Amino acid sequence: MKNEWPLWEVFIRGQHGLNHRHVGSLHAPDAEMAIKNARDVYTRRNEGVSIWVVEAAHITASSPSDKGPLYEPSESKVYRHPTFFDIPDEAGHM
Amino acid sequence: MTDQSALFEYLLRLGDNTLVLGHRVSEWCGHAPVLEEDIALANTALDLIGQTQMWLGLAGEVEGSGRSADDLAMHRDVWDFRNLLLVEQPNGDFGQTLMRQCLFDAFHLELLTDLTRASDDRIAAIAAKALKEVTYHLDRSSETVIGLGDGTEESHRRMQTALDLLWPYVGEMFTPDAVDLAMHAAGIAPDLTALRTRFDTRIDAILTEATLTKPDSTYAQSGGKTGFRHSEHLGHMLTQMQWLQRAYPGATW
Amino acid sequence: MYAQMVKSEATAEDPQKLAAFQARIDAGEKIEPKDWMPEGYRKTLIRQIGQHAHSEIVGQLPEGNWITRAPTLERKAILLAKVQDEAGHGLYLYCAAETLGVSRDELTEMLLDGRMKYSSIFNYPTLTWADMGAVGWLVDGAAIMNQVPLQRTSYGPYSRAMIRICKEESFHQRQGYHIMMKMAQGTPAQKKMAQDALNRFWYPSLMMFGPSDKDSVHSAQSMKWKIKMNTNDELRQKFVDQTVPQAEFLGLTVPDDTLRWNDDKGGYDFAEPDWSEFFDVIQGNGPCNTERLAARNKAWDDGAWVREGLMAHAAKKRAAKLAAE
Repeated sequence: MKNEWPLWEVFIRGQHGLNHRHVGSLHAPDAEMAIKNARDVYTRRNEGVSIWVVEAAHITASSPSDKGPLYEPSESKVYRHPTFFDIPDEAGHM
Repeated sequence: MTDQSALFEYLLRLGDNTLVLGHRVSEWCGHAPVLEEDIALANTALDLIGQTQMWLGLAGEVEGSGRSADDLAMHRDVWDFRNLLLVEQPNGDFGQTLMRQCLFDAFHLELLTDLTRASDDRIAAIAAKALKEVTYHLDRSSETVIGLGDGTEESHRRMQTALDLLWPYVGEMFTPDAVDLAMHAAGIAPDLTALRTRFDTRIDAILTEATLTKPDSTYAQSGGKTGFRHSEHLGHMLTQMQWLQRAYPGATW
Repeated sequence: MYAQMVKSEATAEDPQKLAAFQARIDAGEKIEPKDWMPEGYRKTLIRQIGQHAHSEIVGQLPEGNWITRAPTLERKAILLAKVQDEAGHGLYLYCAAETLGVSRDELTEMLLDGRMKYSSIFNYPTLTWADMGAVGWLVDGAAIMNQVPLQRTSYGPYSRAMIRICKEESFHQRQGYHIMMKMAQGTPAQKKMAQDALNRFWYPSLMMFGPSDKDSVHSAQSMKWKIKMNTNDELRQKFVDQTVPQAEFLGLTVPDDTLRWNDDKGGYDFAEPDWSEFFDVIQGNGPCNTERLAARNKAWDDGAWVREGLMAHAAKKRAAKLAAE
C-alpha cells in the first residue's frame, strides 16, 4: 500500500518581529501533527517563536525559465534601494 | 514520620517517576515507527531526565547525607525506588508506550499544576519549569492516542489492548498514603481525590475522541510509590541503568 | 565517508545544455530543484544524499546501544541528544533527496532490502562506554572533515542541509573527546577501556574516507559537479594529522607502528587500513551488518500500523471537516 505521510514545508519565525523563514521539511499525517513535528524537529535549540506549515504539494513555485521576466524588472528600479540616494552627512542619520 | 523524611520520600517519588519513565522512553531511540516520532520521543525523554536531575538533586539536598542525583539514581536497589508501577511497565508496542505516556502525562500535568503553588519555593520552581514541558507531552501523547484509537481497525485494537493492560496501574497514582497526606498537610502536595476528578475529566474526553472504552474495573495494583512491591521489570531496568557505576565503583565518567 | 564509493552516473545529454550547466557550477551558482540538471547529476546526488541519510539513521544504532547504560544522568542526556540529532540529520538529508524526485519511503525501502548502502563504520560493535568516546571523537571527527566542505556543494538543498547539520554537529566530536579525556585520566580500568576503543576504531575510521583515489574512477565527475569536494586521500591525511596529536594529549597510542611525522610533506606517514576488510564490510560481512539491517527492518515493520493508523485518522478528520462545510 502506498500510504506515505505527506511532505510539509516548515517556516519558523526565529524572533519577534522577523519574518517566518523556510527552515526545512518533514512528513506528517495532517497539519496539526506537522506543527508538532516541526516543533520537535526544528526547534530543538530554541530556534523559534512561531511555526507555519504548508503541505508541499500546495506550494506553487515560479519556474526557473521565468527568472528573467519575474526578477529583472526590479533590478532596474534602483531607486527602491536606500543607497541610491546620496544624502549629505550634514543632514544627519537617515 | 518526620516532615523532613516525608519530604525526602515525596521528592524521591517525583524524581523516580521521571527517572524511570525517561529511561523507558529513551529505549525507543533509533527504533520508532517514523523519524519524526523518534525525534519527538527523544525530546520527551530528555525533558524527563532533566526533571529527574532537579527532583533527585533536591531530594539529596533535603536528605542531607551528601548524596547527589546520580548517587540516588545509580546506587539504590529496587526496594528503595519510589516510582509508580505504571512508569516501570515495559514499552511493549508503540501504542502501549504512548498509552502509558498519556495516562502518566494527564496525572503529571494536574500534579505539577498544583505543585507550582507548593508552600516550598524550591518545589514550586521545579514544578513551574516542568509544567511547561509536560503540557506539551500531554498535548502530543493525547493527540497520538486519539489518532491511533480512531485510526485503522488494527490501530484501534492495539490501543484498546494497551488501555486494558495499563488501566490497573492508574489507581495507584491517586491512592493517598501517609507520605501523601503528610505532604498535603504541609501545604505541598495536592489532595489526590480532587486530582482524580480532574484526571478523569481529561482522560474521558481523550478516550471518547479516541473511540476507546475505559475498562469498568477499579482494581488498582499498588506497591510502586511505597516501594513495598515493585514489578519484576524494574530490577532488569536497573541492571542496565546502573551497570557501569556498580561495576567500576569510584570511577568518574 | 558517509557516502563511500558512490558511483557517479555517465550522462548523455545536449552538449550545449551540459556546458551551460557546468558553467553555472564553475561560477559558484547553486543548482535548485526546478533547474535543469543532467540526469547523471540527479541520479548521483540521489545515491549520495540517500547513502548519507541512511548512514545517519543506521548510525543511531551503535551509540543508541549505550543510552540505557550511560553512567550518569548528564551523560545519558548528552548521548540521547546526540543520537537524536543523528535522526534529525537523516531527516534533513532525506528531505534534500526528496527534492530530486524520490520519496523517503522509496529510499527507506532501498536501504532495507540492501539496494542502497550506508557507511561501513556503523557495522562495527560498540562494546564499552569508551566506545561512546571513540565514536564521537574519531567517527564524528572524520565525518566533519567531509561535511564542512560539503556546505559549499553545488546542489542548493544539499548544501543547506549540510549547513544545518554542521552547525548542530559542532558539539558531537567535543562530547566524544570529553568522554575520552575522563577515561584516559581515570582509573587504570578506564584507561585500558579507552585504549581498547582506540585500537578497535582507528582503522575503521580511516576506512570511512573510502579507498584511495588511485582506485576511484568516479571521483573526477563528482568533483567537477562539486558534489564531492575533496579527494579521499586528502581528507584521510587531514584526519590523521589532526587526530594523532589529540591521541598523544590523551596519553593513548595510535595502533600503527609505522606512524611517523614526515617533514617533507608536512604530515604523518601512516599505515593503510586493510582494504579487504573494508570490502567485506561493504559486501555485508561486517561484524554487525546483519543486526543493523535487522533492527532497521524491525522498526519499519513494527511501525507500519502506526503510520497507517495516524494516516487513516487524518483522512477521517479531513472528511468530517469537508462534510461540515
